[in-house]
Amino acid sequence: MEDKQNILTLLKNKFGKKIIKTDDTGDIITATVDSLSLFSIIEYLKDDPDTGYNFLTDICGIHYPEYELPLGVIYHLHNLRENRRVRIKTFVSLDRPEVATLTPLFSSANWMERETYDFYGIIFTGHPNLIRILNVEYLDFFPMRKEYPLEDPTREDKDNRYFGR
Amino acid sequence: MMQSGRTTYNIVEAPEGYSAPGMFATRLDRAVGLARKNSIWPLPFATSCCGIEFMATMGAHYDLGRFGSERLSFSPRQADLLMVMGTIAKKMGPIVHQIYEQMAEPRWVIAVGACAASGGIFDTYSVLQGIDRVVPVDVYVPGCPPRPEQIIEGFMLVQELVGKEPLRRRYSPEYRALLEKYGIR
Repeated sequence: MEDKQNILTLLKNKFGKKIIKTDDTGDIITATVDSLSLFSIIEYLKDDPDTGYNFLTDICGIHYPEYELPLGVIYHLHNLRENRRVRIKTFVSLDRPEVATLTPLFSSANWMERETYDFYGIIFTGHPNLIRILNVEYLDFFPMRKEYPLEDPTREDKDNRYFGR
Repeated sequence: MMQSGRTTYNIVEAPEGYSAPGMFATRLDRAVGLARKNSIWPLPFATSCCGIEFMATMGAHYDLGRFGSERLSFSPRQADLLMVMGTIAKKMGPIVHQIYEQMAEPRWVIAVGACAASGGIFDTYSVLQGIDRVVPVDVYVPGCPPRPEQIIEGFMLVQELVGKEPLRRRYSPEYRALLEKYGIR
């Protein structure tokens, strides 16, 4: 518990208002941060001797249509030496879904950010090769956003009349 | 059926025709069909669990070799039958199309399983809703996945088609139009 408080205090002292919300109730402590300061916060978590979160476990996107800033990116960092983890969330608007790339810090961020772009359309500014990684190239939408139906809209044999819908 | 001593062998039946001592006369397409249907070289295009069922079908217990398909062709250029088994993602669609184009005429296609036939449970943005959107299909085998018996029945239906195909079918305007529909030269 002491460790948990410690890293949140460090973050709050250093970045002040840029840390929007913190949560240490779950298994992994979570900080929601301002998208513009995201790069410097992660850089601090990675390179500062007090923190040492030197491994990027995962990047993923999320879409909450009801939020003021509906698109989110979530970073999981791992301090391998002390086996501690931290989760950093940041939210952006649909009009300007832009977050700075982490590729200068972590090479592994390259493909993870491409995947997040592929499914949520989040633009990672400064990314060296931000193109689709999993879906077909000609896909003209970002399929994990909530406004798109799960079922394939091009399918003709699934007429609602036949399914009582 | 042929008796040889105490052993009974299964051999294919001769087509309709006229026989006399030392000669047998039948229609050319029936003779060609007989040869073709009992020596189909399948190209297995297995992408998921239906492919596992196909492995059982090829194995000793079910033994697709009994139907003249002992030799799988892993080159489309020497294959007669494209067996698509499993989910075909939209990204895989052009590859199925290209494989079909590489096969020489006459060629047949069998869609094994719900996914290959219709997309199956994967009614979603990333999965091709049936391979008949990219290539013409001769036989659909339902099931999720189908048992080896069902795959064999589908294969026997293909044999039926192969054996009865008229010699000039592949030159007919209807067939040309069908290929045109799929953008195949």
